[in-house]
Amino acid sequence: MSQAIINEPLPAAARARKPAARARLVEWALIAVVLLYAAGLLVAPLVAIVWGSVAEGVGAFVRQIISVDALSALKLTLLMAVGATVINTLFGLCIAWVLARDNFWGKRILNGLVDMPFAVSPVIAGFMIILLFGRNGWLTSITDALGIKVVFAMPGILIATIFISIPFVIREVVPVLNQVSRDQENAARTMGASSWQTFRHVTLPAIRWGLLYGVSLTFARAVGEIGAVLVVSGGVSRLTETATLFIFRSLDDRNAVGANAMAVVLAVVSFVILMVIEFFKRRAEKN
Amino acid sequence: MSLASTRLDTPPPPAIAPAVLPWGRWGLRVTAVLYLGVMIALPLAAILANGLRDGLRAFWSDLASPAAFAALKLTIVMAVIVTVINAVMGTLTAYVIVRYRFIGRGLLNGLIDMPFAIPTLVTGVMLVALYGPQRTLGAWLNSHGIEVIFATPGIVLALLVITYPFVIRTVQPVLMEAERSEEEAAYTIGASKWTTFVRVIFPTIAPAVITGSLLCFARALGEFGSVVVVAGNIPGRTLTAPVYVFGQIESHNERAASAMSIVLLALSFALIVTVEWLQSRNRRDHVASDNQ
Repeated sequence: MSQAIINEPLPAAARARKPAARARLVEWALIAVVLLYAAGLLVAPLVAIVWGSVAEGVGAFVRQIISVDALSALKLTLLMAVGATVINTLFGLCIAWVLARDNFWGKRILNGLVDMPFAVSPVIAGFMIILLFGRNGWLTSITDALGIKVVFAMPGILIATIFISIPFVIREVVPVLNQVSRDQENAARTMGASSWQTFRHVTLPAIRWGLLYGVSLTFARAVGEIGAVLVVSGGVSRLTETATLFIFRSLDDRNAVGANAMAVVLAVVSFVILMVIEFFKRRAEKN
Repeated sequence: MSLASTRLDTPPPPAIAPAVLPWGRWGLRVTAVLYLGVMIALPLAAILANGLRDGLRAFWSDLASPAAFAALKLTIVMAVIVTVINAVMGTLTAYVIVRYRFIGRGLLNGLIDMPFAIPTLVTGVMLVALYGPQRTLGAWLNSHGIEVIFATPGIVLALLVITYPFVIRTVQPVLMEAERSEEEAAYTIGASKWTTFVRVIFPTIAPAVITGSLLCFARALGEFGSVVVVAGNIPGRTLTAPVYVFGQIESHNERAASAMSIVLLALSFALIVTVEWLQSRNRRDHVASDNQ
């Protein structure tokens, strides 16, 4: 047997020919199992919700979405998501730079802290904000002195949204920042560029796709947040009600069409964001 | 020899300016520490202080209440079931996507990220739309004695959807990098596909499977948005720990909410530390094998 293998020039090909039919069968079976699982888990619910939202006619669907409550909820969600994304992009870049390039005592603790929002249940994240800014909160005296109402108001929703979406930009930018050639940066520096110019013209172009990938993930997460926002918002419709809170209240009010309609809108929005995410991810991987 | 002497003759190269001026470096460092300190460390401290403010005895009695204990147990059992299923299905999915070419492969690859993009609450609403008692499929299942929505199968289903990407996304890159030559060598010397998978492929991807499973487990422990919609939240039966925390906050029972939060935080923190440790160990192994 071993003799035969040694003598044969292409043993793999020869062996493969005989059990090829069985291997093909296994291959098709595995593909079928995976496709069925993914379809059952991801596609079927999607179809069901689109079906459910038009069950009482397209008119009812449209009426729910253009209602004042729904529109103001969508507006608030957009505002909060954009705000959280901008803030987390600026601070995220700064933190990513520190984690990738700086070295000091306690850096590992800082690195661990970055991951905490992934580990903390969103409800707990919202609860923390209540403990800090609610009645007898640690920081309530400061915000009271400044005349800012945090809990059950927009600042609370913004802080909650920021908290849960902190890690994305940092986690996407640190690895690309590690890959950026230091030689180019050093060359720019020796030719007299300021650190800002070096960052703006050398580092930023090199990390841009990774950064945009992180930014799109941040935005997607910020749009879809419910747990943290639910705890801090107080859910006053038209004032502190985001799109996800609108769904939550509709479910409580047994307004299935309203909940389904808004869910479809958010699903479509997330699909668009998902496509943007995939695009940036592919660009980031190519670089 | 001559090279060395010329090097001695020339003046030392100008020192490269530090990447950022010292004050700029300090500014960034302080900003990073302050931002993460105020936004993450301070809230964590607040929850610890609040949960333990009346001492450990009160902390334990909060957790030992029947509703709290049942919620914690349910959450852990659900998370274990979901992690086991998605560890198997996730590994299989990653394998199929990386190794096979078929129609719909690109679509499947994109679809897998859907749970990351779609709001978890929307996932819950979707599952109710599909399996709710008034729906066709839900009614059919109900008539056969299977309750999905407002029962534990609904929780499992919601968590399966939410955590599907984790194992896939950690295993996929490792599988892509794995040496095909080792697999082909195994086939050549007569190993079956199954033997090759168990003996050659699995040992390579095992660390990634474990990492992905731990992330999946951590996510399942904390999930709220989808579970709150599908579970029905009956204390002692379908009330999970995060929903329990929410209920305690709503009824202004802050200490009990903090106690449960601390347990969940400790669990997730332990998981994340384990993942970090596994990943740093893997990197070391990679460096070691590269140097050989």
